[in-house]
Amino acid sequence: MRKVFLGAAAAIAITLGTGPASAQNVKIGVVMSFSGQFADPGAQIDNGIKLYMKQNGDTVAGRKIEIIRKDSGGIAPDVAKRLSQEVIVRDGAQVLAGYDLTPNALAAADVSAQAKTFMVNMNAATSVITTKSPYMARTSFTVWQVNEALGAWAYKNGVRKAYTLVSDFGPGWDGEAAFQKGFKDAGGEIIGQARYPVANLDFTAFVQRAKDSNPDGIYIWVPGGPQPAAIGKAIAERGIDKSKVKVMGQGELTYEEALKSMGDAGLGLITAFHYDYNHQSAKNKAFVTAYNTEFKRNPDMFSVGGYDGMHLIYEALKKTAGKTDADSLIAAAKGMRWESPRGPMSIDPETRDVVQTVYIRRVEKVGGHLVNVDIDKIENVKDPWKARQPK
Amino acid sequence: MTSTDGALAGPQQYLRAQQRWRAIEIVFWLSLLLPFVVTPNYLVLASQVAITALFALSLDLILGYAGIVSLGHAAFFGFGAYTAGILSKHGWGEPLTGLLISGFAAGLLGYLMSFIIARFRHLALIMITLGFGFLLLELANSLGWLTGGADGLQGVKTWPLLGMFKFDLWGVTSYWYSLIVLFILFLVCRRLINSPFGLSLRGIRENAVRMRAVGAESRAHLQKIYTISAAIAGIAGALLTQTTDTVSLGVLNFERSADVLVILILGGAGRLYGGIIGAIIFLVARDQFSGINPQYWYFPIGVLLVVVVLFLPNGILGGLAQIVESERWQRWTANLTPWRKKP
Amino acid sequence: MTSVLGVLFDGFAYGMLLFLLSVGLSVTLGMMNFVNLAHCSFGMIGGYVTVTLMNSMGWPFLATLPMAFIAAAATSVVFERTMFRRLYRASDLDQCLLTIGLVFASVAAAAYIYGTIQQPVNLPSYLRGSYQVMGVTLGAYRLFLIAFSLVVTAVLVISLEYTRFGAQVRAAVDNQRMARGLGINVDGAFAITFALGSGLAGLGGALAIDIVGLDPSFALAYLVYVLIVVSVGGLGSIGGSFVAATLLGISDMAGKYYFPEIGSFLIYLVMISLLMWRPAGLFGRRA
Repeated sequence: MRKVFLGAAAAIAITLGTGPASAQNVKIGVVMSFSGQFADPGAQIDNGIKLYMKQNGDTVAGRKIEIIRKDSGGIAPDVAKRLSQEVIVRDGAQVLAGYDLTPNALAAADVSAQAKTFMVNMNAATSVITTKSPYMARTSFTVWQVNEALGAWAYKNGVRKAYTLVSDFGPGWDGEAAFQKGFKDAGGEIIGQARYPVANLDFTAFVQRAKDSNPDGIYIWVPGGPQPAAIGKAIAERGIDKSKVKVMGQGELTYEEALKSMGDAGLGLITAFHYDYNHQSAKNKAFVTAYNTEFKRNPDMFSVGGYDGMHLIYEALKKTAGKTDADSLIAAAKGMRWESPRGPMSIDPETRDVVQTVYIRRVEKVGGHLVNVDIDKIENVKDPWKARQPK
Repeated sequence: MTSTDGALAGPQQYLRAQQRWRAIEIVFWLSLLLPFVVTPNYLVLASQVAITALFALSLDLILGYAGIVSLGHAAFFGFGAYTAGILSKHGWGEPLTGLLISGFAAGLLGYLMSFIIARFRHLALIMITLGFGFLLLELANSLGWLTGGADGLQGVKTWPLLGMFKFDLWGVTSYWYSLIVLFILFLVCRRLINSPFGLSLRGIRENAVRMRAVGAESRAHLQKIYTISAAIAGIAGALLTQTTDTVSLGVLNFERSADVLVILILGGAGRLYGGIIGAIIFLVARDQFSGINPQYWYFPIGVLLVVVVLFLPNGILGGLAQIVESERWQRWTANLTPWRKKP
Repeated sequence: MTSVLGVLFDGFAYGMLLFLLSVGLSVTLGMMNFVNLAHCSFGMIGGYVTVTLMNSMGWPFLATLPMAFIAAAATSVVFERTMFRRLYRASDLDQCLLTIGLVFASVAAAAYIYGTIQQPVNLPSYLRGSYQVMGVTLGAYRLFLIAFSLVVTAVLVISLEYTRFGAQVRAAVDNQRMARGLGINVDGAFAITFALGSGLAGLGGALAIDIVGLDPSFALAYLVYVLIVVSVGGLGSIGGSFVAATLLGISDMAGKYYFPEIGSFLIYLVMISLLMWRPAGLFGRRA
């Protein structure tokens, strides 16, 4: 059975190799949500791609880069898979990129493996994704990478009894498990936990419940959108004193727009993440300035995923001297190391996953604006989930 | 329904006339083979159009013929999709039996639901179907061990069709498979609708009280058609799973229920071909618009819907039928083709 | 005990938000049988007007609220006069298709004009924070929301119960044909009611930003909740919408506090069981 599939895949790869792939342009199929509930992340990833191409030209190793954008419109692996197939067989794309949501990235991974196409996952953050295609690399982060580090950090910094509150779906469960693992392994105790409905909009009841259990740390996992601001406001409104109870979460909790609508309610929130526009480095300052000139807004973690994703594609193409077959490109990507606006990062040669610094930040007021200020960092963090999987 | 020929000739003749195949129908079905030759790069899309058309057809059975408006029909589509996916994940990836089992499972769920459905009408009915749709979605989300939760079900591998045809990257097998299943089930529906059972369903749609008065068991009829519709929706869902090897919560969500309703109304409810035409137009328009502009394609789609309503009431087929039946059109074509003038 | 009061308070506030968003739809649906799925698009207009006035022109929050009302009401009248009225006698399905088409177009238009970004709204300091009353934490904004909605409800009820116009509207809801026969200008009354209902949705959209945020998907995301309130309350009944919104708000909040495991199921379970008990809604006369 397996052999038949491999045979078919090889046959497809050969036909593709002699077909549209021999054209002069390198075509990159970017598949993600450009519309619907997840349109904003899509727009920011796309901005990152555009900025990189503007700064670095659209020609690499003598070949012109052409982007073909496809809208998967939300959680729709069937559509994402179809679009990935189409962009390869119809438009002749040699590289797949984008992928904002886990189910979509997983479905497209099949296409990448079957059609032997290099794929750059620019956002989807579930650990398992990169194991589904040997031709995939990731330039965002993994939920385990960030949250297990945060759990350990919390214990080291005085939290003993923690309460966890997470969104009731896959990434939320991952965040919960990762934080609890990091925290318990260090010696902490989880005194309560809750999962809130994915579409929840008013958090007062959940926050009150967390407060009533008297923890000295509250861990929260929320996806982006309107929820972070709602939680931040609920925490302030319920009168939780953040100097006594550490309120922690993954970076989405304090992304820029959330902080804007939280106002001073956001002060003191602690988050762990791999990127923020306020990260202090010359490289990031230049990046943020350029980004603002181009798009009139600040970059976020989605933008930097798209930006670094393009960097990876460009550098890999340079290394292969313009060859676009998946084996050469993924070989070139493995172990690649560069200085990103987020700091030093690299692609793990074994897992093809991202290795980077996790920053611990606290919301403070700087020049009248609420920003995430780095207060600590953990360097060279690999995805811990993958390290524990049997080889 | 007030065709004078039918009334004069009696219901048997009317039904027989409806069952006869018209030339345009045969042309239509043959034209669905065109993608193989004309647009071989669009076969993956074509197979998803066929699957959506089948889903819309299942909704047409209850909405167009029995007057049951549902905003939660994705429940059955999704139930079938997950059944096929879970079967395949646990070692049974044979597509045809998978399809039958999924259809049976969805039909069973539909049968259970029909006890509730048949008791309600109007807004309450719409909202109860919507509520059940959401409940099933939340259930699938929380049963992560079975469904894979928000990440989607992993490890779905469908075996080659009949042991011979692999599901290829170009979608050749997928489109053949989906098209044949669509055609067979269409035949079933066509036969069903043009039967005494189908007629009494239309009677229930028009006036449920009177139907009961003339002795038709309206509740039992409604339950029957609802079960059949659910089974077909489940088969459509299973087709999607098998041709894409993926299942996620997206198969159960509200957007899918709403989209299929829009597709059916767009094409024309109560006309068998309405769902198919609607699916072709809606999905091809979406593909083209979003190809031109992946961010704002909702705008032209919205305008398309508005324009259709304003100029072709009762959907595209309904509007066209009205034009063809209108006196002006009759006169005009009669002038064009003088030999067709009535004696 | 205090937690019970707290949950009741928060649930009531959330319910009031749902009430403002949905009452207009309930009345127009009951009156003209016109299925307006674009109701929340008008709500979204209100939200964007408030955001624009506050963030680009520096208006204070409270001053933007009347503008949110007017903008949503005015836009809705334009659509009512040019498009909707042509479909009053069309089938429900055609009405659905037309208005869902408008929802799609409005979502795309909002994304084009404002981007897909979450719109921030910075409330004045007196609306932030909270008060402690007998051990219960009362959010300032929630207090404001409740007071505001109660005033709106009172104005609405009084104007419908004790004015000539109100009597005409009630007559039209009860029996449109009869009302027409008595010489009541049903179309005119409907246009005004329609504007009023959409204006309230606009107000709801503006007030909702602080609690649930605002982005182009608002028009679709809230449609389901609004439909739930309308169906449970009963068509054409202001009191029904009020009770239904309160009930759903409180049960949603209580469910999350006491049974977080089934929090996501609760609102649908409540709706289904209420509708099975009373298919025409709590206060509906017609199914």
